[in-house]
Amino acid sequence: MNSELADRLRRYYLAYTGGFVALIALLALLERHGMPPRWIGYAFLFFTIMIYAAIGIMSRTANVSEYYVAGRRVPAVFNGMATGADWMSAASFIGLAGTLYLSGYQGLAYVMGWTGGYVLVALFLAPYLRKFGQYTIPDFLAARYGGNAVRLVGVFAAVLASFVYVVAQIYGVGLIASRFVGLQFEIGIFLGLAGILVCSFLGGMRAVTWTQVAQYVILIIAYIAPVTLLSMKVTSVPVPQLVYGEVLEKVRVLETQIFHLPAEEDARRRYQQRADAYAGRIERLPASLVEEKQQLSAAINERKLDANASMREVLALERQRRELPATPEAARAKWGEAKQAALERAAVPSHHAEAFPGASEEQRNAARINFLTLVFCLMVGTAALPHILVRYYTTPSVREARKSVFWSLLFILALYLTAPAYAVFAKYEIYLHLVNSEIARLPGWIAAWGKLGLVSIEDINGDGLLQLAELTLNPDVIVLATPEIAGLPYVVSGLVAAGALAAALSTADGLLLTITGALSHDVYYKVIRPQATTQWRLVISKSLLLVVAVMAAMVAAQKPATILSMVAWAFSIAGASFFPALVLGIFWRRANKPGAIAGMLAGLAMTLYYMLRVQFDNIPWLGLHGIGMEPWLEVQSTSAGVWGVPVGFVVIVVVSLLTAPPPPQTQALVERLRYPVG
Amino acid sequence: MTGILLFIWFVVTFVASFYARELNSVVILGFPLGFYMGAQGSLVVYVLIIWYYARYMNKLDQEYGVHEGEDD
Repeated sequence: MNSELADRLRRYYLAYTGGFVALIALLALLERHGMPPRWIGYAFLFFTIMIYAAIGIMSRTANVSEYYVAGRRVPAVFNGMATGADWMSAASFIGLAGTLYLSGYQGLAYVMGWTGGYVLVALFLAPYLRKFGQYTIPDFLAARYGGNAVRLVGVFAAVLASFVYVVAQIYGVGLIASRFVGLQFEIGIFLGLAGILVCSFLGGMRAVTWTQVAQYVILIIAYIAPVTLLSMKVTSVPVPQLVYGEVLEKVRVLETQIFHLPAEEDARRRYQQRADAYAGRIERLPASLVEEKQQLSAAINERKLDANASMREVLALERQRRELPATPEAARAKWGEAKQAALERAAVPSHHAEAFPGASEEQRNAARINFLTLVFCLMVGTAALPHILVRYYTTPSVREARKSVFWSLLFILALYLTAPAYAVFAKYEIYLHLVNSEIARLPGWIAAWGKLGLVSIEDINGDGLLQLAELTLNPDVIVLATPEIAGLPYVVSGLVAAGALAAALSTADGLLLTITGALSHDVYYKVIRPQATTQWRLVISKSLLLVVAVMAAMVAAQKPATILSMVAWAFSIAGASFFPALVLGIFWRRANKPGAIAGMLAGLAMTLYYMLRVQFDNIPWLGLHGIGMEPWLEVQSTSAGVWGVPVGFVVIVVVSLLTAPPPPQTQALVERLRYPVG
Repeated sequence: MTGILLFIWFVVTFVASFYARELNSVVILGFPLGFYMGAQGSLVVYVLIIWYYARYMNKLDQEYGVHEGEDD
């Protein structure tokens, strides 16, 4: 029966892939015959969302097991694809290549961390969790350690991590909608939300699984197609993953030329002067703020008396005066940011492939420590994210769960092996064609992205040419803009947008299900009203889904941080709270309830504490009493989990040993879980 | 078995990245080796580890007669 199902699925999805490729070909043809780009963008977004909605409606369900774990009938290969789509979020699709573009080797921490984590999943978690056969991760914790307290701690951590993560996805959706459909950012967010809800609202895990398989197909085609075209253009070999070494070498040559051009050095020097000026002003607060205001007022008055001065000039000055920070604290924060931005532009850029760049040995060591800790946090976080682990509940057996991890990683690699190539090709195009071109004749994409505040240029030395130091790119635009940067047909841009949308939607679906699953199944059904009927539980779950989704969209509308850093925080949170409790729960019979509760709370608290204090340090000294602290060993807030995870482990072990061992039936359960042996 | 695989995982992840600067002086096909390990080499090793582990454990399950096809 199973192989029959797999066969049928294979046929469906092959036909579907063929249909999608045909759609791309059709739109490419229409573009050649003069279809306006705007319509191509609409067509892509509209068609793909229609497909997801259709799949979502076709697999709607009111059965609990179908709703939470897709009836445990998903074959390994398809579960692998769905996990891949679930996994590859807006961060992987949009953020990753951009980060690799900006930070070169340092960005590889994400590539390694997000794939190596699957080794931990395969070896320590997936098969054992599947053997246990529950619905959610807090369910597992409750069954293993006993009691509702540990369940609630699990719910809290799962909701917190997933919520931070889902905000990042919705932010990505808003970005795409505002650029490619021309909607306002905030409206785009709510439009994307509708797309997410169509899939997860009706059919739960079952609908999400089959939509995610469909989304995987779209996102992987969309990711690989532009790089393949670029690779054809630059090297005439259509396998970017293999040949980008050659391009990397060309980039290195270009870098050496560009970094030391006199105009570049001049531009960097000017940014350094600007940073120094801001530093001086900050030092002389509050007097400097008053001075600033007086100077502007004087200038305005002078212009008002002068009959020749234009009205526009006066208005501009008045606006400057209005926008001056109101208090010395606000001025400190605002000027601090401006100083930081100028300093970043003033720094000598580093070579793309150089590992742990830095001016001094200390800086290099700090870069190395941050690289290693980030890899660690991302790996542990991967192995502890509830929405990924829960996917391994949907396979028919333990054997399938193991195979499924393999397929997951294989499908994920298709994107991760391409991302570094993407970055290198984008860099090559920008260095070759954009740098040193005339600012008056820059291509249209700069203005289009500039409107969203993600690309900015400033002719600081006034030579009318664009120096590298004068260009600021937000990492989130690289993937979306590369087809335009390289001058590929607009249909490719539309395709990339559809792919990015698929990536963000699929992950958001999985996350929202996890959050509402934790709330409705673990909190409502297991703790508050165990006698609730099946029907009622699903009603609760669906209404919670709606509430959580709207809340996430509201947070995302504030544009809190870049996609990648939001996601990295989610990983640290999940890793520190779940990983120790899950691993010790499976491998150490003696781990007991007090230990698990204490360990999860301690790990979580440690991580949050470090994250908040170090992050606050970046907003220069807001707290008068020094809330901000110097990072320990230069570790950044994104890697806060590196402190939380060991704390979690130690606390579980110590508290477990100090209190009574778990009851014999729990110990027997752990024994059964691990049989035969690993 | 798990121990050996975990050791390989540790070496390609942390040891290889720790010495990335040194590895970068070796260049193969235009790729500096340290960069290549982070971008592709390690990832391929991860897939192999998982593939081998799944095969090994599934075989072991069968030997001990605990392979449960569809148990629910």
